[in-house]
Amino acid sequence: MQLTDRKKVVVKKEMSFMEKLYLPAILNGMSITIKHLFKRSSTIKYPEQKREIAEVYRGQHVLKRDENGAERCTACGLCAVACPAEAITMRSEERRQGEENLYREEKYAATYEINMLRCIFCGLCEEACPKEAIFLTDRIVPTEFKRNEFIYGKDKLVEPVGQPVDVTCRQTKEVLSFKKDKTKYHNQTFKDQQLLEGSQNH
Amino acid sequence: MIAFIIYKSILVFVVFLVSLGIAAYSTYAERKVAAFMQDRVGPDRAGPFGILQPIADGIKMFMKEEIIPTVSNKFLFVLGPSLAMLTALMTGVVIPWGGDLSFGGQVYPLQITDINIGILYVFGVVSIGVYGIMIGGWASNNKYSMLGALRASSQMISYEIAMGLAIVALVMKTGTLSLGEIVNQQNGDWWNICYQPLGFLIFLICAFAETNRAPFDLPECETELVGGYHTEYSSMKLGFYLFAEYINIFISAAIMSSLYFGGYNIPFQHLIPVGPNILAFLQVGFFFSKIIFFIFFFMWVRWTIPRFRYDQLMNLGWKIMIPLAIFNILATGIMMFALGKV
Repeated sequence: MQLTDRKKVVVKKEMSFMEKLYLPAILNGMSITIKHLFKRSSTIKYPEQKREIAEVYRGQHVLKRDENGAERCTACGLCAVACPAEAITMRSEERRQGEENLYREEKYAATYEINMLRCIFCGLCEEACPKEAIFLTDRIVPTEFKRNEFIYGKDKLVEPVGQPVDVTCRQTKEVLSFKKDKTKYHNQTFKDQQLLEGSQNH
Repeated sequence: MIAFIIYKSILVFVVFLVSLGIAAYSTYAERKVAAFMQDRVGPDRAGPFGILQPIADGIKMFMKEEIIPTVSNKFLFVLGPSLAMLTALMTGVVIPWGGDLSFGGQVYPLQITDINIGILYVFGVVSIGVYGIMIGGWASNNKYSMLGALRASSQMISYEIAMGLAIVALVMKTGTLSLGEIVNQQNGDWWNICYQPLGFLIFLICAFAETNRAPFDLPECETELVGGYHTEYSSMKLGFYLFAEYINIFISAAIMSSLYFGGYNIPFQHLIPVGPNILAFLQVGFFFSKIIFFIFFFMWVRWTIPRFRYDQLMNLGWKIMIPLAIFNILATGIMMFALGKV
């Protein structure tokens, strides 16, 4: 079976006089290198110049706020369960009186940490989130000098009030309908499954 | 007499500074040429296009911790790089950089000294250069350094023979050992490369071996010998070794262009309608463009050809280069006899 057309049969024959001189081969090699001298380099000078990335690029996460500026996350822990790299940890707390403008529901994440060194940017957290609270964005996680600087807390993850991070590309109608489609297994709760099984049995 | 001494001192100082400057920017050029040949960008962070990179490198070299191994011979350990640097800088003395300048009836030649055995002087000094590497490698008391030094000395000694024999043919043709005289003979005449193409090829290949450049950079072969003879060196002592290599490249480029490519002579320079002083400066510029081409050529070869194996190196030196050089002498002699120039 031939896999490529680039195979080269190696012949172990005696070299001719011209080949033994090596000079033609050397000149040939030098003509190749001089040609490369005039080729454009494909380097992207990163901080000044950025590579074109896809609209749905999976980069640094953001924890969204709702239209009133309250945090959407309820610390249900589904993202942490879904995470294959076990990069997400959180601690939940109950919302107190007078914090309604800060947190959308009665429970909220007191701490929410993603270890960016563990994260594989698969986007399963985003898929698992029932509250549309966590999204991956097209921002690139910057490099740091210390390991613990890669553990992003709420200070880096929650979007600032009044400056929402645009995630509309990752929140299209198709994505939303896919997330809410109850016939898809991944969206089914235990109750849904029982209901479905009941309807199939009848 | 005082004016003469002052003039010579200034010239020596200028040649010294130019050698160091060219060597410093050779490191930058080397990295840039390597990058371009590999479709990369190269250093571009220090200043526009990375033009300040050599200065940054120099500062880095000075700031690095200086380590002298406890088991080494301290005096020789310091002497090694000093000797390498000294011999590298000494050879620039006999090279004619341009035509004569004349101010107020006084003639100022742009050559520090035109000794009548210029080529022999260069060879002598270059041979002492081997000691720099050998002493450094031996004083380190490290087997890798020792092997690197052994390779360097054997390589330089064996290629010096072929180089000398190539020069013998040239000396037969020119009839003089003075570099100034050889360059003068090429004024308004064909360059020596036309008479000695084989001699030039041998000289070129031996120059690569003499300066320890790829494909003959076995003394510092990283894959086998860690860093070769400068494994134990750090800080500016290492810098001296690297610098000496680039100065040697500069000097051998200068010698190659003066011996075989007309030196500072511009073709049809008698037709250029300028005064002798301006012409002298034009000649210096032309000479330096030749030198820069040869330095580029050194780099071009380095990033094209892989390193020789040690036995291949010795075979090439003793079994091909030396017989070829002897053949070249014979052919030159026969040609001269046939043309009635003896």
